[in-house]
Amino acid sequence: MEPAIAIPTSTPTPTRPPHVAPVLPERRSAPSLDAPAVFDLEDVEIYYGAFRAVRGVSMKIYEHQITAFIGPSGCGKTTVLRAFNRMHDTTPGARVAGKLRYHGVDLYAPEVSATEVRRRIGMVFQKPNPFPKSIYDNIAFGPRINGVSDRTRLDEIVERSLRSAALWDEVKDRLDRSALGLSGGQQQRLCIARTIAVEPEVVLMDEPCSALDPIATARIEELMRELKSRFTIVIVTHNMQQAARTSDRTAFFTAELDSKTDQRTGTLVEYDATARLFSNPRDERTENYITGRFG
Amino acid sequence: MTAPVLDLRARPSWRSVKDRLMTGLMIAAVAIVLVPLAAVLSSLIARGGGIVLAAFPDFFTEEIPRFSRRAGPGMGPAVVGTLLVTAAATAMAVPLGVLGAVYLHEYGGRGRLARLVRFMATVMTGVPSIVMGLFVYLLWTIRFGFSAFGGALALACLMLPVVIGASEQMLRLVPGHLREASYALGATKSRTILTVVLPAALPGIVSGCLLAVARAAGETAPLLFAVGAAKAFNWSVLHDANTALSMQIFGNAMDVPAAQDRAWGAALTLVLLTFLLTLTARLVTGRFARRR
Amino acid sequence: MQLSELRGSPQHADRAFRWLATGAAGVVLVVLALIAITMTDRARPVLERMGLGFFTETTWSVPTGTFGALGFIYGTLYTAVIAIALAVPVSFGVALFVTQAAPRWLRRPLVYTIDLLAVVPSVVFGLWGLLVMGPALGLHGSYATAGIILAIMITPIITSLSREVIETTPTTDKEAALALGATRWEMISAAVWPHSRAGLVGAVMLGLGRAMGETIAATLVIGNTVHVTANPLAPGYSMPTVIANEFGEAEPLHKSALIALAVTLFLITIAVNLVASWIVQRQARRSAGR
Repeated sequence: MEPAIAIPTSTPTPTRPPHVAPVLPERRSAPSLDAPAVFDLEDVEIYYGAFRAVRGVSMKIYEHQITAFIGPSGCGKTTVLRAFNRMHDTTPGARVAGKLRYHGVDLYAPEVSATEVRRRIGMVFQKPNPFPKSIYDNIAFGPRINGVSDRTRLDEIVERSLRSAALWDEVKDRLDRSALGLSGGQQQRLCIARTIAVEPEVVLMDEPCSALDPIATARIEELMRELKSRFTIVIVTHNMQQAARTSDRTAFFTAELDSKTDQRTGTLVEYDATARLFSNPRDERTENYITGRFG
Repeated sequence: MTAPVLDLRARPSWRSVKDRLMTGLMIAAVAIVLVPLAAVLSSLIARGGGIVLAAFPDFFTEEIPRFSRRAGPGMGPAVVGTLLVTAAATAMAVPLGVLGAVYLHEYGGRGRLARLVRFMATVMTGVPSIVMGLFVYLLWTIRFGFSAFGGALALACLMLPVVIGASEQMLRLVPGHLREASYALGATKSRTILTVVLPAALPGIVSGCLLAVARAAGETAPLLFAVGAAKAFNWSVLHDANTALSMQIFGNAMDVPAAQDRAWGAALTLVLLTFLLTLTARLVTGRFARRR
Repeated sequence: MQLSELRGSPQHADRAFRWLATGAAGVVLVVLALIAITMTDRARPVLERMGLGFFTETTWSVPTGTFGALGFIYGTLYTAVIAIALAVPVSFGVALFVTQAAPRWLRRPLVYTIDLLAVVPSVVFGLWGLLVMGPALGLHGSYATAGIILAIMITPIITSLSREVIETTPTTDKEAALALGATRWEMISAAVWPHSRAGLVGAVMLGLGRAMGETIAATLVIGNTVHVTANPLAPGYSMPTVIANEFGEAEPLHKSALIALAVTLFLITIAVNLVASWIVQRQARRSAGR
């Protein structure tokens, strides 16, 4: 389906894409499939040059849910995640085949601008990566490049974002100090605040807690639960328990050895409501991974 | 269901204009850099090619005309002079530089003497070439007169820190386990260095030296007060005044047009020589990188 | 097994080799010491005669034996400033293009080609500047002509060092900016610039040092007239160029003055180069530590 000619918005501030009636926050045990699909993947494959890193991924990501990608190392979960916000554009030789739709629009259509995509779909990285600027300037970066220059508005946005990231009380008295002076856990919450400051619809998280200690991890997980009502979250995690604790739906990936090319290609094995996937997996490989028999 | 569709196309905005403008400026910078290169090369070929190719080997076999007003070739003595001076300088700078680097990396390590030498070598790379020329004048030319050797001394002083730096870098790249394997077989340190470490680092060292030689061949200032101004062939390194391509270019640039023509021919020759050395150096590096 | 069997034979050759290598390294120290000693010794006569006036007066008159170097010091600094002003924006632009914007296949050929500019001997640039570029631009011997030629000559080194510095920017910082929807230029100013700023200063200073010490190309196009003026189109003079022009037939006191100029030039360029190296190395250490 081609993206139809849209009604261009004239407001300078970031706007949310129009969507259907707001959906109530779901309870974890029974995520409704009536929730609108934010992403719709149809047979997505990702290549690095001639090497096929991921094959045949078809799935839907639903609004206001936390979807977790789990699986052993090298199974392609991060590769698939980075396809959602066009990050593979920065890797020369990387190619995404198949259809990856966001609210019905093919993200890889030639007229689609990666910058526009990334404004709506944000990303938090594995290692916290604040800019070498002040805390305030880190958060204000996104709104500033989107045209917000009024100091009062920026102050509001910075405070709101830091509160949403549960960091406000800790840094409100030192907003003009360097962000690099914060602890690891604080820096990661800062990165989350920075990402939500532009009010994206989706927040992608690539193993956000793997560089943090357990206490900082717990705080981030709590944050995710709070943010779910405002954003759609997709998280890649190495930690099965984390997936079981926090997510509504879970997708299990694995890497298969391609006998022809002797390369390992990632593939989606099973995707289901978290409770069901962990208690009653349908595929034997899923069961083996969950019970620790491999991976 | 036709929900109102969202527009993900690039929006015309000041941001994208600015981005494109900046990229345009970057490309303009690249063009600005390439223009002088192309201009110099084309001038060399246009103005130097004529005199070099007309009556072909004459440019390299004839002496420099005694009266600069006389048109025509040649620059033979200058070619010989450049080769002599550069070869002599290389013969002095390369062994000393490589051995010095061997000391720094294999024996000196982080000791006080090694750190001092490294620091002084950095200082030495910053010595302006004319200062080196004056130094050799005071040390050598005053006592022994003009000769190719005086020029070679000055060039060797310029080359020495460069050779040391490049060689030490190459020695650092030789993996430790190669040395350990040699020791484990009972070889002495000097034998290990001579038969295992240096051969392993050789391509990189050769490449670094070729680049140093290319730079030395193009130098003028260090030679000005050491080599003299001969117009006839002089194959002796130690005796009597000599000349060089770079000096001839410098001397003829403000002379009559006939002399300027010869200067262009000499410039073309010199550039071809330095390019050849540089390209060889890069080929050696390329093969070295692939081998590892 | 006897102890004597394990003692081994005397390692004369091994020790000799070590002394040889040490001696070779020591040559650097000897040469520098000799330079310092001989040159300051020969510079003394004129300094004794002129005192500090050597550095503050502009009159350079051989017949009266008055040697004031200020005009040449000014000229050296002025041409270097012109060269830096022209070379730095271009070098940064090229370095940014090569590292951030150029397609993969273009990078190496482009770098190779630009580095060829560094291979062309300075005397050839001087010849070209005097006989081709100067007339083409309507310029004759002047500060501007020298500044332009010097700019062309120092661009490759500033570009090359800037490239190295820019490439140490952590990829994750660049990705953070892009993930927030930044355009390439916004990403460069948010992530690349803060990391590279210090190292780029070092690169510029190294270029400055080179511009100040460059002799031959400048000699052919600078105009050879002492002129303390801000007008770039005026003919000028600088330390290395006056030495190149006048040393050949100078009297002893004149020679002493020129040598004193050389020492001054040496000290200035050394100072600039040392500060620059320190900055570049500090930047490299900081990035490696991250």
